[in-house]
Amino acid sequence: MMRILFVILGTILVENFVLTKFLGICPYLGVSKKMDSALGMSGAVVFVMTIASAVTWVVNEYVLSPYGLGYLQTIAFILVIASVVQFVELLLKRFIKPLYNSLGIYLPLITTNCAVLGVALLNIQNSSSFGMSVLYGFSAGLSFTFALILFSGIREKLETSNVSKSFKGLPIALVTAAFMALSFMGFQGMFTF
Amino acid sequence: MKKGFKEFSKGIIRENPIFALVLGMCPTLAVTTSAENGVGMGIAATVVLLGSNIVISLLRKVIPDKVRIPAYITVIAGFVTIIQLVLKAYFTELDQALGIFIPLIVVNCIILARAEMYASKNNVGYSILDALGMGFGFTAALVLIGGIREILGSGTIFGIDVSFGVIPQATLFILPAGGFLILGLLMAAYNKFTKGKEKVADCESCPIQCFNAEQGEQS
Repeated sequence: MMRILFVILGTILVENFVLTKFLGICPYLGVSKKMDSALGMSGAVVFVMTIASAVTWVVNEYVLSPYGLGYLQTIAFILVIASVVQFVELLLKRFIKPLYNSLGIYLPLITTNCAVLGVALLNIQNSSSFGMSVLYGFSAGLSFTFALILFSGIREKLETSNVSKSFKGLPIALVTAAFMALSFMGFQGMFTF
Repeated sequence: MKKGFKEFSKGIIRENPIFALVLGMCPTLAVTTSAENGVGMGIAATVVLLGSNIVISLLRKVIPDKVRIPAYITVIAGFVTIIQLVLKAYFTELDQALGIFIPLIVVNCIILARAEMYASKNNVGYSILDALGMGFGFTAALVLIGGIREILGSGTIFGIDVSFGVIPQATLFILPAGGFLILGLLMAAYNKFTKGKEKVADCESCPIQCFNAEQGEQS
């Protein structure tokens, strides 16, 4: 039980996917302008990352490894992720309409979110067990959510503040992200997992 | 001839993939802890971009419109696998330094965006020039960021000591926070010098993502 908590907290604070691993920077900068879209995107990412970790683990363990197809990993994983995203979209559309309405437009973007492919590859690299992979995928999604929501809160304030012309938009956002990353460094070495 | 040169040169300053188009942020920040890694990542991405632009441009009339994104991703993933194997076999050190970011070239927005915005609409010749120009612009930007971070963070450039043992090193700059800071400052400088002229991509992140979002809203 303690171990599960450690993995979740460790992934969110100590090794935050966005701020220390640099995965998922594109959506981090792209959809953080408004809190609503940040929440929607985060929900979709947590959802897809958890499912994608499970599916890619199964694909790697029962299809790629036994037949010595390790070199096809990249192609196989990206195709699996693309189809998982499609599938989740269809399922939500059919069965959980309200969730689809709020997450729908963010789902297609997730195929090109490098954090999703990243978590799948890291799971294989660490040769985690199935349960561990799913847990890691879930907490990676949470760490993305945490960073994105904090950042979008700051960016909503930045929109209305008086910023010098050449810093307007992305440059000031990046400088802000630098200070966020700096404060996250404070968690480093807090505990290992 | 003139158009050809224009297609090549636009990627270097005017439509620089990092500073103007704001594409491929993940590898840009993650691997630029030294100038050498910047060169390695830049060349790897350029080769993939060149290959995918050629193939997609050749197949642009064959690929059905509805499944084009999965088709592009498969083509790109194929070239990334080739690069991955070549690096593993001949450039072990670079392979270890870049690590997970080599397979992640697949989801690098630059490559998909050039396929979608350029190669699918232009002939092979121009697509090659576009890929070379964009690749060069990407590499140059990575080397610039990597160089600055390496000088400030470890006092060396391409591994050669330039601190002469007197200038103190600020390790911060090779850590993630320094990456965000340097990129933000460089982007502001770029805006200052280009006077923030017409931004090619008004969507701040990957145009491909924008494009998908628009499509999602329509359907």
